[in-house]
Amino acid sequence: MYALEIDGLKKTYKSGVQALKGINLTVEQGDFFALLGPNGAGKSTTIGVISSLVNKSEGKVLVSGHSIDDDLIAAKSCIGLVPQEFNFNQFETLQQIVVNQAGYYGVPRHIAKERAEKYLKQLELWDKRNSPARSLSGGMKRRLMIARALMHEPKILILDEPTAGVDIEIRRSMWTFLKKINEQGITIILTTHYLEEAEMLCRNIAIIDKGTIVENTSMKALLSKLNMETFVLDLDVSNGRTARLEGFEHRLLDNHTLEVDVAKEAGLNPVFNQLTEQGIQVLSMRNKTNRLEELFVRLLESGRDGGNANG
Amino acid sequence: MANHKLVALRTIWIKEITRFMRIWVQTLVPPAITMTLYFVIFGSLIGNRIGQMGGFSYMEFIVPGLIMMSVITNAYSNVSSSFFSAKFQNNIEEMLVAPVPTWVIIGGFVGGGVARALLIGIIVTCVSLLFVDLQIHHFAAIVITLILTATLFAAAGLVNAVFAKTFDDISMVPTFVLTPLTYLGGVFYSLSLLPDFWQVVSKANPIVYMVNGFRYGFLGVSDVSFSTSIGVLIAFNVILFAIAYRLLDKGVGIRH
Ligand SMILES: Nc1ncnc2c1ncn2[C@@H]1O[C@H](COP(=O)(O)OP(=O)(O)OP(=O)(O)O)[C@@H](O)[C@H]1O
Ligand SMILES: [Mg+2]
Repeated sequence: MYALEIDGLKKTYKSGVQALKGINLTVEQGDFFALLGPNGAGKSTTIGVISSLVNKSEGKVLVSGHSIDDDLIAAKSCIGLVPQEFNFNQFETLQQIVVNQAGYYGVPRHIAKERAEKYLKQLELWDKRNSPARSLSGGMKRRLMIARALMHEPKILILDEPTAGVDIEIRRSMWTFLKKINEQGITIILTTHYLEEAEMLCRNIAIIDKGTIVENTSMKALLSKLNMETFVLDLDVSNGRTARLEGFEHRLLDNHTLEVDVAKEAGLNPVFNQLTEQGIQVLSMRNKTNRLEELFVRLLESGRDGGNANG
Repeated sequence: MANHKLVALRTIWIKEITRFMRIWVQTLVPPAITMTLYFVIFGSLIGNRIGQMGGFSYMEFIVPGLIMMSVITNAYSNVSSSFFSAKFQNNIEEMLVAPVPTWVIIGGFVGGGVARALLIGIIVTCVSLLFVDLQIHHFAAIVITLILTATLFAAAGLVNAVFAKTFDDISMVPTFVLTPLTYLGGVFYSLSLLPDFWQVVSKANPIVYMVNGFRYGFLGVSDVSFSTSIGVLIAFNVILFAIAYRLLDKGVGIRH
């Protein structure tokens, strides 16, 4: 059984916008899954349908084997949702927000209070428990929504851009937290614009663009598709020579900065050897682009040209 | 499972009651002040000159109607503003993603509105005791009318909030429908004072039945029979709850 199974999902909003054009997707139990795509691709719509905030137009969705058409209550109980927009009551205190949320899932109040302490502490919000939610910073509000989503101890946690507007330190601590609860067995599905985030966290990934899945594969397979890497070398040219390379695509940005494209299997040694022969030392070196970023753009472009990105 | 739903229902009640208690200056104080003014001006100052109405002092006559008036407006506005802001700020989604059945959402919000209406009813009744010795003719009639009226207008407030797109939309109905109907609903006069034609017209106004049912409970007098009052109340309740259920079940205004 899959944690999530989507089959032929379509959604046309009343405004006439066709946000989803027939999506197929499966997520394994225990997976850490990323749904990537540019603005307006249909990520939030997909999540909306899964969590029954958006009525689908067509297609099937199974959550832990429960169809959202026939067994909605069971399907809902399996999911914890962290939405893209803040949607708690700004005037309620953190404690009220999380305890009430547990109540909606039928968790008795005394248990809900114990869990509130547990999750607010884990997300470093316990000190603020009696403050109204509007007094929180943006990063705290995101964490509040994570705590709220965990209150009924769901099997699947769905996060819609959980780290948007969060500084790097808190983002990293969120990553650690999410990895930890994933290791404890919770399936995690997240959308993000930060490719680094998907690369760091996720085992499997789907890329969605204009309501269509253009790629659905493991992170590893996706990365190996891109076997070219670009390196930027900082050279010591005190001997007055101009660096020359044979057999490699390369560009001299200025007389001491060299950009070179290297196939993974070729390795970097030949580059160093050639430069050493010319008496040029490499002072430092860095990876130029985020490879994933580059791949992402390529996939989207080929998808838009009608090319087969899955091929 | 049934127990789960009760937990959810209780949670919405707690949330709703906490809400109106948190903003008590806006929710509890104004009706107390308005009603005190009514008692002073219409009851004491003008009422003394009016003399008897329906066999009672004018003050005694209007007290049940005024209590009813505050119950109606508070039941209505509690649910319409609470549900509308939940919709507006999207926090209704907290309930929609959870396995909360439609009837629990309705019961939760209506229950919150009824709680506020009853609390206001008690406050206004206490204020009225400063002005008159209230007699009670039939206690059960008072309670039944009070509860059915509160649930009716709470459900009506919910329906209004489902359709509302702006905050203006939820103040339209109270201003243009509720207030006129209440003033023409026999709060301040006995229908028997009206010409025959207007007596008949007045009987199309549901609030007439509530005010009179309530007045019957206190004073034992009424312009319409008590069983008719209850019948009308039950009928309107059934209609409004059915509409509310249909709207929320389909997700009108809350699901895209
Ligand atoms: N409630 C709505 N009514 C009408 N159209 C909508 C609604 N919500 C989303 N859309 C449209 O559906 C499309 C997909 O939007 P969606 O929010 O799913 O994108 P997204 O991938 O989550 O984007 P982002 O990364 O910006 O959050 C967009 O064209 C959007 O304008
Ligand atoms: Mg989105």
